[in-house]
Amino acid sequence: MLDFRLYMAQRLSALIMAPLVIGHLAVMIYAVRGGLSAGEILGRTHGSLFWTLFYGGFVVAVSVHAAIGLRTIISEWTRLRGAMLNGLAMVVFAVLLVMGGRAVLAVTML
Amino acid sequence: MSAATRRPVRGHALWYAHIIHRVSGIALELFLPLHFWVLSLALTDAARLDSFLAFTELPFVKVAEFGLVFLLAIHLFGGMRLMALEWLPWKAPHKTLAAGALAISAFVSGLFFLQAI
Repeated sequence: MLDFRLYMAQRLSALIMAPLVIGHLAVMIYAVRGGLSAGEILGRTHGSLFWTLFYGGFVVAVSVHAAIGLRTIISEWTRLRGAMLNGLAMVVFAVLLVMGGRAVLAVTML
Repeated sequence: MSAATRRPVRGHALWYAHIIHRVSGIALELFLPLHFWVLSLALTDAARLDSFLAFTELPFVKVAEFGLVFLLAIHLFGGMRLMALEWLPWKAPHKTLAAGALAISAFVSGLFFLQAI
């Protein structure tokens, strides 16, 4: 049952992220023209509710997706199982969520 | 199935697609903490963020960025193919779809690189 829930959470987070990644790719191609600067990035994102929700949602989805994906790979490629495996996945989830959330707050200042 | 007709799974085009999806996922996961840390500098040390962004102007960093954009694109388009494989009828030509995912990823990352240089 846990495996089924993790499978669904990983696929749902992938579905949520698909349009977000396409948007992120488009932003990168647009923003990299003429070089990157802190002023240019922050000018686009500061105080923007749209970018806060866009990248905030992205961070939550990628934290779930990456933690479950890594858990699957580790369980298939190593002998790690049980609490150690789940604990590692939770650490990956927490690190990405906290660091990503902080990054979103830093560039949006909301 | 006899040994003569049995084909090794490894080496098949879709086995490579599977490995590329996993390796790109691991690489992106390792990159994300660095990405988040750099962006967080906007909050703590804006001057340091600008000096890091100046570092991204170096040619080898632009090549590395191209690689990262390619990994993100191939993970996205390869992942969409995997979801189609799991949730849609099995009649789709998956080798062609995998090749298409590779081609679109090369196009997107190539477009990024041309804008970056």
